[in-house]
Amino acid sequence: MKAKLLNMNKSTRSNLFTVGVIVIVYTVFQTMSTTGNMSNLLKNLLVAMCYYSIMAISLNLTVGILGQLSLGHAGFVCIGAFTSAFFSKIMVNTIDNTIIRFSLAILIGAITAGIFGVIIGVIVLRLSGDYLAIVTLAFGEIIKNVLNVIYIGYDSNGLAFSMEDTASLNLMEDGVVIIKGAQGISGTPRNANFTIAVILLILAYMIISNFINSRSGRAVMAIRDNRIAAESVGINITKYKILAFSLSAALAGVAGVLYSHNIATVQSTKFGYNMSIMILVYVVLGGMGNLRGSMIAAVILTVLPEYLRFLRDYRMLIYSIVLIAVMLYNWAPACIEWRKSHSLKDLIGTVVGKNRKEKKGA
Amino acid sequence: MEMLSVKNLGISFGGLHAVDSFSISIKKGELYGLIGPNGAGKTTVFNLLTGVYKPDMGQILLEGQNITGLSPIEINKAGMARTFQNIRLFDNLSVLDNVKVGLHNEIRYSTISGILRLPSYRKTEKRMNEEAYKVLEVLGLENEAKNLATNLPYGKQRKLEIARALATNPKMLLLDEPAAGMNPSETDELMEAITQLREIYGITILLIEHDMKLVAGICENIFVLNFGTKLANGAPSEVLNNPEVIKAYLGE
Repeated sequence: MKAKLLNMNKSTRSNLFTVGVIVIVYTVFQTMSTTGNMSNLLKNLLVAMCYYSIMAISLNLTVGILGQLSLGHAGFVCIGAFTSAFFSKIMVNTIDNTIIRFSLAILIGAITAGIFGVIIGVIVLRLSGDYLAIVTLAFGEIIKNVLNVIYIGYDSNGLAFSMEDTASLNLMEDGVVIIKGAQGISGTPRNANFTIAVILLILAYMIISNFINSRSGRAVMAIRDNRIAAESVGINITKYKILAFSLSAALAGVAGVLYSHNIATVQSTKFGYNMSIMILVYVVLGGMGNLRGSMIAAVILTVLPEYLRFLRDYRMLIYSIVLIAVMLYNWAPACIEWRKSHSLKDLIGTVVGKNRKEKKGA
Repeated sequence: MEMLSVKNLGISFGGLHAVDSFSISIKKGELYGLIGPNGAGKTTVFNLLTGVYKPDMGQILLEGQNITGLSPIEINKAGMARTFQNIRLFDNLSVLDNVKVGLHNEIRYSTISGILRLPSYRKTEKRMNEEAYKVLEVLGLENEAKNLATNLPYGKQRKLEIARALATNPKMLLLDEPAAGMNPSETDELMEAITQLREIYGITILLIEHDMKLVAGICENIFVLNFGTKLANGAPSEVLNNPEVIKAYLGE
């Protein structure tokens, strides 16, 4: 009975700990930024850290928990970014309340990306391993390239759509072009800020973590560990694969919403396989299935290239050498040992544990 | 009352008749042994019964319900659970979670209530833990609950597979060489556990085994398979003394 209680609390405890650390980091950064102790460089990266973290933990759901290699994650980010920016631009004069409009934009980004996750998942999840990686890569590129040639505008007659150029939209004089092909969407209201981004990161983390520690999450991990055995105990393989994949896509969509509402212009070319690989690097570096690790890796690797700018031409060279070194040594036995003995969680755990014992004694 | 009734089951791979007109009838609560030399088609029979392979011909009835040609998932839901010859555990999950995966269709709550941690999540998860511990206790694994499945010693991994299969609340259990690779004392423990779970759950068991001490010790009936067809069928004492069976095992 006692053992069960401990188990129940374990995932909740771990969630609380992670959220606590995120809030502490948030408070420190926010104080630094408002009191002017932060460089402009870092200030500009605050939201980026959050959306890259969301991308990383959402991809970790596919790669680490479902055990399927996806190289098209940026495609879902792209869908989230474009649909939500499109919505915000159309509604900017209709819905005055920023909070309501942005919340709706987030929902729309997440749901559309999630729907694409289901559609693509149904098609590609029949494959696995290298084959799946190649097909997801292709889908990511397709999404990027299709959005690269789409022109959408609206006037008093309603929406106009073209895959040629702006002129072929035949807009009236009052018409506005929203998606301009390769130029993407510009002038999206910049509703994203550090606070909202952190809240969304915490929500995304809670959703994934709670999912993993639930009945459905166990089914997903069972499929990862042994598909045949999972089938033999009556687990619907297709259902849970698609569920995990589309949840991962929907959360990538949320990251996309933050992305497009943080900068002036979104262009689909930014969401190529370079971005997908980068997200995968966060996941691999942070450890497969390790959500905290993904977030830490995303934050460090977002900041690192910016701080290496003084190296000029050698920047990316040094960056990649650092990556290789971290990959080699991060999961070395000695390093794992060191992390265990210097773990922040254990430190807090021992302090709390001592208090508990003292209370019991008293 | 017949639990499992199989008639003329057969499958061929290319020109090879791996299993040919296999018929068996197992009564409710009975413990049946399926033996035969290597390559006789024993595991293929299991794969046919559990839907991993679709039979070319024949019929499988589980407590009167026709389960021929259903998927492994549907067959499990119909009440048939199995273990594997080469252990297939969820290696990176804890022992407890392995059993809880087995409870997947028995005790349910929605994905949404799992993500939002609604009261139904806590309540159901608690019940799942209790049920899982019950099953683990029958197999003497309750002290391993927190360990990863992959870190268990070999004998306990085999027992965990049985526990996971039991968690799906089956009417019938298929055990594929449960004692393979076990030392004599582990085998004794296993025999005791099997006897015990029959007492508790009243479950019908069909098991493949090479350990004749185990087969003769606990099976009520034995079916001998050779080259995909029936060689003998009956009580252990008469089957194991059958000259045909001895010939098949040891040669002339």
